[in-house]
Amino acid sequence: MESLYQEVILDLSRRPHGRGLEDHAAAESHQINPTCGDEITLQLHLEPGTDRIRAIRWEGHGCAISQASASLFSDLAPGLTPADLAARIELFRVAMRSRGTIEPDEELLGDAVALGGVSRYAARVKCAMLAWVAGEQAIILAAAA
Amino acid sequence: MPTFPALTSPRTLTSSEIAALRADFPILHREVNGRPLVYLDSGATSQKPRSVIEVEREYYERENAAVHRGAHTLAALATERFEDARATVARFVGAREDEIVWTSNATEALNLVAYAIGNATAGRGGPAAERFRLASGDEIVVTEMEHHANLVPWQELAARTGAVLRFIPISADGTLRMDEAARLITSRTRILAFTHVSNVLGVINPVQELVALARSVGALTVLDACQSAPHLPLDLAALDVDFAAFSGHKMLGPTGIGVLFGRSELLNALPPFLTGGSMITTVTMDSAEYLPSPHRFEAGTQRVSQAIALASAVDYLDHIGIDRIAQHEATLGQHLVVGLNEIPGVTVLGPGIGQARVGLASFDVEGVHSHDIGQFLDDRSIAVRVGHHCTQPLHRRLGVTSSTRASGYLYTTENEIDDFLNALADATKFFGVNA
Repeated sequence: MESLYQEVILDLSRRPHGRGLEDHAAAESHQINPTCGDEITLQLHLEPGTDRIRAIRWEGHGCAISQASASLFSDLAPGLTPADLAARIELFRVAMRSRGTIEPDEELLGDAVALGGVSRYAARVKCAMLAWVAGEQAIILAAAA
Repeated sequence: MPTFPALTSPRTLTSSEIAALRADFPILHREVNGRPLVYLDSGATSQKPRSVIEVEREYYERENAAVHRGAHTLAALATERFEDARATVARFVGAREDEIVWTSNATEALNLVAYAIGNATAGRGGPAAERFRLASGDEIVVTEMEHHANLVPWQELAARTGAVLRFIPISADGTLRMDEAARLITSRTRILAFTHVSNVLGVINPVQELVALARSVGALTVLDACQSAPHLPLDLAALDVDFAAFSGHKMLGPTGIGVLFGRSELLNALPPFLTGGSMITTVTMDSAEYLPSPHRFEAGTQRVSQAIALASAVDYLDHIGIDRIAQHEATLGQHLVVGLNEIPGVTVLGPGIGQARVGLASFDVEGVHSHDIGQFLDDRSIAVRVGHHCTQPLHRRLGVTSSTRASGYLYTTENEIDDFLNALADATKFFGVNA
């Protein structure tokens, strides 16, 4: 239990980071996990005049894993280019789908490595991925805009 | 003058009887996460006694053949077993053999009725099917507590036919608003579809009152008996419903088999849903004529081993006594509600302490998602259901996005309920519930 619900995850599920939507998003994505009804609306905000991400903002509800994951994702993104963030989303996905065989890379994923334990719980990978999938779609939408 | 003993509640199952019958269920003796399994997800699917598992295996080892075709010995034997199974299940629910249609599951049974009515509305079935034809402005009434399986098929039927879907709301305690039912069921109502027992609230709906309302306006009644057939004595003839659906796997039987009950005169007037082999009398290149019920609704190769195993499951329930099982589960249901009410931050959905409910309880934990609760309980080898339980509108009405459900059955012990309650209390501490 403690490997899945690390203290940082429990803390973030109670005191989230990046929560609350703002105006003038470069792109916005809404994702639903139909098996549990969890939902997220996630925004990508760019630093004006640059190709750097200023902030990830989000609103939604779900389990401790999905809520903490959205917070950790919004902590990771600022300062990165969308392409760089997309590459890290892919790294995170590979670690999540590894059934515990691949430890997430702390250098590239920061505090999101706290979610490493989730990969041993196949039923919970979708919870951890929800915000990251929304982020991935927001990056594609922002590029197309 | 002869004297009769006073009518009393049936004797509940004793703890030694439960211990004895648990020996019949192999899966209850395995460990999960290093501890004995506490299985509290029987509302989703029940576990199977060895006799049911063996009947299915023996059928494949000794009798397997296609039914209702072929002149060889095994074909005749398989057909006999298949039809005997139908008789066994019919008897168990107070129906006649020709009123029992095998389907893949209860969802398919409910869709069968909805699609067949749609086919009648499209003009199929000739003059006999006139009574089923829907017109724009006709109404289909369901309830706010329906499982998606008894809601979405009616939404689709309404969309195809121009009928209007209405729903009977629930009260704060999870019971149906019968005053609203009386107001909503009018001469425009053509179909009343409702669940016997809510898979979330555990509430038992007043079938006879609802049927009387439908009868008074000439509407057809469709009963979702998925949560009643396994748990309560069921007499469909006495309840006087037109159609009913239930699934095999929730009542100790295998997956892959469900049952549609329909009053004989209705089934024989209803056009078919799935068409093809085994359900016809004469076929030309242009058209086909159909067998009477129930075979009219059983197109293609049938679920023979599943039907035989379901009959074996019914024999098992009969052997224990469905009235005694119901009594045991009523006790479990009260035990759950009383225990849940004592845990800070936990809110039971549906009937409160002392109100009638079956042996299940769903609940919300303040500030903690059901998936997290379920994960914590699984770590203690306790299996519960989490999520919306295929009842999103009901959860929306109750103001929660998801809930956790503990559901027992004949093999569930009071000790298991205590283990669950203790673990849940620990979970609320782990996730820091402040109440």
